[in-house]
Amino acid sequence: MKEKVQVSGGTGLSAKDVSSGKIFVTDDSLDCAYAWDTGVAVNRYLAELKNGRIIATECRKCKRIMLPPRLFCELCYVPSNNWVYVQDTGVINTFSICHVHWDASRIGEGEKPHLPAVIEIDGASEGMGIMHLLNEVEPDQIKIGMKVKAVWKPEAERTGSINDIKYFKPIE
Amino acid sequence: MRKVAMVGAGMTKFVRRALETPKELSYEAAKTTLDSCGLSLDDVDCVAHGTAPDAFDGIHQNGEYMACGSGGWNKPTMRVFVGGATGVHAIAHGWYHVASGLFDTCLVVCEEKMSSAMPHAQGFFLTIFDSITERPLQPNLLWIFALEMNRYMERYGYTKEDMALAAVNNKRNGLKHPASQFTDEVTVDDVVNSEMMAYPVSRLDVSPVSDGAAAVLLAAEPVARRLTDKPVWIEGVGWTLDTAYWATRDLSYPRYLDKAARMAYDMAGIREPHKQIDIAEPYDPFDYKALHHLEGLQLSPRGKTVELLRDGHFAMDGNMPMCPSGGLLGVGNPIAAAGTMKACELFWQLRGEAGERQVPGNPRLGVAQAWGDLMQVSSVVVAGI
Ligand SMILES: [Zn+2]
Repeated sequence: MKEKVQVSGGTGLSAKDVSSGKIFVTDDSLDCAYAWDTGVAVNRYLAELKNGRIIATECRKCKRIMLPPRLFCELCYVPSNNWVYVQDTGVINTFSICHVHWDASRIGEGEKPHLPAVIEIDGASEGMGIMHLLNEVEPDQIKIGMKVKAVWKPEAERTGSINDIKYFKPIE
Repeated sequence: MRKVAMVGAGMTKFVRRALETPKELSYEAAKTTLDSCGLSLDDVDCVAHGTAPDAFDGIHQNGEYMACGSGGWNKPTMRVFVGGATGVHAIAHGWYHVASGLFDTCLVVCEEKMSSAMPHAQGFFLTIFDSITERPLQPNLLWIFALEMNRYMERYGYTKEDMALAAVNNKRNGLKHPASQFTDEVTVDDVVNSEMMAYPVSRLDVSPVSDGAAAVLLAAEPVARRLTDKPVWIEGVGWTLDTAYWATRDLSYPRYLDKAARMAYDMAGIREPHKQIDIAEPYDPFDYKALHHLEGLQLSPRGKTVELLRDGHFAMDGNMPMCPSGGLLGVGNPIAAAGTMKACELFWQLRGEAGERQVPGNPRLGVAQAWGDLMQVSSVVVAGI
């Protein structure tokens, strides 16, 4: 059968093409700095994390109790300014065992894998998860549906950050 | 609205690192497309181009900088910019330029050069996570896919072997694509035993980083009929966004795609896509995504996709070949260009011009889809002959 697929260009380079100096390369590195104001809703979320508590907002229309808290429900597009404390326990919705750093370099010998998870927080609406980390568990023991609880930093070390929760650990 | 057809298509090879600059890659794909239908830039009324994150190139307002590579000089030119969904979204974008009656022709060009980003393009995806509630956890891009894949597998009891079947299928098809960056076939064992990156994602579950470009020329009906006796009609387009609060969604089902697909099928008058569509090009940056997206595209019942895949339903000689191009897993994944490559494949397949990898039985209707950002955006195009 006749082929009329049109392909042109896309000349592959090898590492040697570059290292030998055959191909000229111009380098630069960007260092961008930002200071993000945390906004109306998340500012209070962080303030409560500093107090060792998790707070959510409830949508006035669909009644979803949402994490992270938000000024408005993005589904109903109405205010969601009813503040509700939720638990610092939850259920693992999904997890990963990650052997790669952010820049695609591999974790070193003896270094622990990253254990990210989506955790559905007790007291929030069903399916309302936050991304956080797991610890105090062997990676091969982690299961979807496992109950977990937040392990907080000592009060004096909390700064009003999602990292005021060090990680979540399994409870029986 | 006017009927719009694809009348030409072209692309560069997809390679790990290209000698060409982004502008040069765009030029190669666009010029080849124009040549394929015997047109010059003078015949082009407007340009719709796409390149995904500025951060890959390190050039702020990259679209404007790139535009002349896509033939945008002194023409109405607009950039589409929705991450991985860009390549198909740009087709929808070009479609309404022509369907509206404002322009008779539109050159759609999508490009990505990922190799400039050091040490690895993956690092630049960090900034898609929420800057306050997620980035302090030092996330890495793979997490989000691993979390989604794990949830999808758990929901239906799928195994890693099941997911690997999609990689094997697409990579096998891709070996016959003249633009593919791969030369070797892989087996399920190869995929499952490849380096574990982020459980459940192993290295061969993932498409590679690539440089490349792809383009199509769109024309209004009378122009299209003058240019070719085999116009490939854009029967429907759809695109939607889901919430950026990705961790609060049901990760086992791509809701972002459900609505985009229904929008495109409604426009195309398709009521039973699983029976009517002959060729599917679901977006497949990861093997599980091809299957997840077949479900979102309403081409496979939720949770039954692996069964159909094992039965050969999605094989080249099956009822609905999946990714006859090879997809991102089998050709390569230069982000924005990858989706457009899928539209190019529909063009070649529906005209019977795909050569060695031609789907048998004179396919008449195909769907291509792309997806991007925080598992959030999807774009769909239905094409027919
Ligand atoms: Zn609501």
